[in-house]
Amino acid sequence: MATYDDLSLHVRLFMRGYPFARYANKTVPLAILAKPLNLSRMALITTAGLHAPGQPGFDHSIKRGDVSFREIPKTIEVRTLIESHRSYAFDHAGIESDPNLAFPLDRLCELESKKIIGELNYRHFSFMGSIVGPRKLINETAPQVARFLREDKVDAVLLTPV
Amino acid sequence: MCVQTVGLIQSIIEREGIATVSISLLREVTQVNKPPRALFVPFPMGFPLGAPNNPELQHQVIAAALALLERDDVPVLEEFKER
Repeated sequence: MATYDDLSLHVRLFMRGYPFARYANKTVPLAILAKPLNLSRMALITTAGLHAPGQPGFDHSIKRGDVSFREIPKTIEVRTLIESHRSYAFDHAGIESDPNLAFPLDRLCELESKKIIGELNYRHFSFMGSIVGPRKLINETAPQVARFLREDKVDAVLLTPV
Repeated sequence: MCVQTVGLIQSIIEREGIATVSISLLREVTQVNKPPRALFVPFPMGFPLGAPNNPELQHQVIAAALALLERDDVPVLEEFKER
């Protein structure tokens, strides 16, 4: 487990001063998984700033953070995914060597083959997590992805940071 | 900020009626965010599933996270323990 003390001084000072509580849930939202995992349709969401070849990378010039997302098809070859995350708070070498480290699509495909999960959705979503001003994420892009997942009749979602 | 962004997206999806579980690399941030289900992992930032090119460890982390989806004592914040 990383703690603030593991972060660089610059990042640590930022994190200590950032008003996380301003955007936090006041109550815990709860949806219950209606069926067992082996009958459920699953999707994956990462904030690792990954995109597929041919898709635009994330925009590092937006000061408060790029709140857009990329739709990643289930059929993508995971090793071809490109990471364009702007953060210097983490070592990028791991995910560059194996995007499954933060976007474990190959692992979920293996679980689907073994019938541990019912089905993997045909699309998954990638954001770039370096979002200092999340209003537009909260009001627009995240609800858009939530609607897509509901339209796709997804039952459960695994979310991974980087 | 990645950990906060995961928490924000997670809440919005959960409010849409879809069950979610997240992996967390920073307890301080996740606890403020109050997610319904999260697995704290003992790995450095940038390594949420443990290690690159290590499917076995990645599967262990995913299995621990998915197990939280089937728990009925939510909210549930658990620590991952490597076998």
